[in-house]
Amino acid sequence: SARCFSALSPEMKSTIDKVVQSHKVVLFMKGTKDFPQCGFSNTVVQILKSLNVPFETLNILENDMLRQGMKEYSSWPTFPQLYIDGEFFGGCDITIEAYKNGQLQEQIEKAMCS
Amino acid sequence: CRDMGVTKEEVEIALNSSLNPSHLVVIDTSGGCGASFEVTIVSEHFEGKRLLERHRLVNTALAEQMKQIHALSIKKAVTPAQWNPNPTASQQ
Repeated sequence: SARCFSALSPEMKSTIDKVVQSHKVVLFMKGTKDFPQCGFSNTVVQILKSLNVPFETLNILENDMLRQGMKEYSSWPTFPQLYIDGEFFGGCDITIEAYKNGQLQEQIEKAMCS
Repeated sequence: CRDMGVTKEEVEIALNSSLNPSHLVVIDTSGGCGASFEVTIVSEHFEGKRLLERHRLVNTALAEQMKQIHALSIKKAVTPAQWNPNPTASQQ
């Protein structure tokens, strides 16, 4: 039935695996880094820009399968979703908190050197 | 707003029953349509857990409501020991 439908097909999962592993910092967001379409996504983009770190963004508004799949892949219900070194780091609130206490910079530096 | 999504009370009931908070503040930031909330929660369930795990606990407690909530901002998810009831006394 529809309730049992999973958006995360094996193909989708392996595609996401590749995306999060091929870049040190990846942001799944609403809009793009040059044109964020939600305040929460924009906040994380501005934080990453201020840290002067190279990062990739994927626009989940353009791909509903990706949008639904990412929720399952991360076990996280909302966007943006930040990945560092192939691992889910958090959403907007966690990223803000980690930016304020320096843990985000630490995590990214560690990723860049790995 | 398309319809009445989730009420502040429904969010409070779900969080109260799952996480038994000693302090809970839910603010409807949607202007009444029930699609966006801000949560401050103090619970012993957060003891020994990283922030990501704490937020996962809140998300899980609200799994049913999240289908209709568009934005959930978890302002604070702390343990009773971390909670300062008088934040003005310790401005950073």
